[in-house]
Amino acid sequence: MGVFDALRGRTRQVQPNLDSIFALPTAAITLETACSLVPTGHGGICFKAGSGPADAEANGEIDALLAEDIDPTTIRRTSDELGFTWIVVDDPDLSSLVTRLHGANSTLAEHGLGPHLLCAVIGLADAPGASGSAPCYLVYLFKQGTFYPFAPREGQRRDNELELRLRAQLDGDLPMEPDLTRWLALWGLPVS
Amino acid sequence: MAARNIETDHGLTARMFVTGLLLVMLYGIIMTGLFFLTNSIALVLVIGIAAIFAQYWFSASIALFSMQAHVVTPQDEPQLHAILDRLCVLADMPKPKVAVAETDVPNAFATGRSPKAAVVCATRGLMRRLPDEELEAVLAHELSHVAHRDVAIMTIASSVGMLAGLISRVSMWGMMFSGNDRNGENLALVELAAMVVSFLIYVISWLLTLALSRYRELSADRSGAILIGKPSVLASALQRITGDISKIPSRDLRRVESMNAFFFTPAASGTSLAGLLSTHPSLEKRLAQLAELERELGRA
Repeated sequence: MGVFDALRGRTRQVQPNLDSIFALPTAAITLETACSLVPTGHGGICFKAGSGPADAEANGEIDALLAEDIDPTTIRRTSDELGFTWIVVDDPDLSSLVTRLHGANSTLAEHGLGPHLLCAVIGLADAPGASGSAPCYLVYLFKQGTFYPFAPREGQRRDNELELRLRAQLDGDLPMEPDLTRWLALWGLPVS
Repeated sequence: MAARNIETDHGLTARMFVTGLLLVMLYGIIMTGLFFLTNSIALVLVIGIAAIFAQYWFSASIALFSMQAHVVTPQDEPQLHAILDRLCVLADMPKPKVAVAETDVPNAFATGRSPKAAVVCATRGLMRRLPDEELEAVLAHELSHVAHRDVAIMTIASSVGMLAGLISRVSMWGMMFSGNDRNGENLALVELAAMVVSFLIYVISWLLTLALSRYRELSADRSGAILIGKPSVLASALQRITGDISKIPSRDLRRVESMNAFFFTPAASGTSLAGLLSTHPSLEKRLAQLAELERELGRA
């Protein structure tokens, strides 16, 4: 934000960076070999739809867009208690999951919802034979274009060691968020 | 290894130094004002001592209020109470009140004028981040502060310096007003000298108080570690609350989204005064002491 915008009390809307998410399939190999974590096949996009009558209209449009997806039965829209809308995609194949998430992103961005996109989330589970790491997620911040891990535990705790370990392992494959204060939690997210 | 975890915030150091100086000057100005209002040295001294005493007597309430902490019952926080129960039996001391501050910054403090009136407070961020064993180590450190009567000692230490400055100032007024020489020029010079001398005494005593505080922290580390018998656990807790992990928030991304416009960039300038101007010893020093202790316990 420039000085001029600040003087006028305006903020420019930040457009999202949608493409880094395609680095995920490469990172999945590292995740499995180094951290014994595999994708659950569930992913989601979180965004804040506007309010008022336009909101309902937008929701209708989103549903229409979702119906055009490759397999409409495995994509759905939900909202959470904090007033954010989620598009949840189930697809066992990670590349196709990422493609569909990206597709949904692009359509939302085309409909002017780009600045409202908050994050994309990919669920991770323990690889067969391993245990102790799940539930765990990779969160993608659209505006920063960076990833960070999120390992929620009971009572709004996080497994910080696991998160820092994941960062260390994934640093070469994904643009990881360097500012740890931005590794914000997503309690009770509707993706598994 | 440890050095990587610690980032010296020079801006913070500078702000601390300025705040300290301002506090000292505020005391000076208030006392001078009182003196000219009441024209009585004894009254100024009484008010000064009363203020310091009140600060000591109500230390627990003041600290809890400024941290926005609240006292919790065993029903509210069974785990925290259970840990403290165990530690108090181990240390054979009365159980202090237990408080929790609802902030995400991992921290803990002990306050209260005496071991009987003590309060041990942990922040929500500390309880979220530390496993029980490490939480116990941090609480053992805080209990050691209570057992060492650190609130009383630090109050006395800081007020001794304050009083020394005050007395030096008051005695110079005495000289000024009792002297026959009321020549305006001389009076101004003496007044200036009085200000410089009392200011120097304030500053020196303030730096000494900080040094004492660092020493008390090391003692509390030591006693706390000996109480639980595992210095390495306290060491790992210290690293956890000062290192990377303390920065990972537990706030929700969706709740702070609307605040995204207000990201702060820390100020970075100035020289490294941090060592001299800190109430706590550096992490390296604390870890080194704990490692030494671990070796000693291994030999015993």
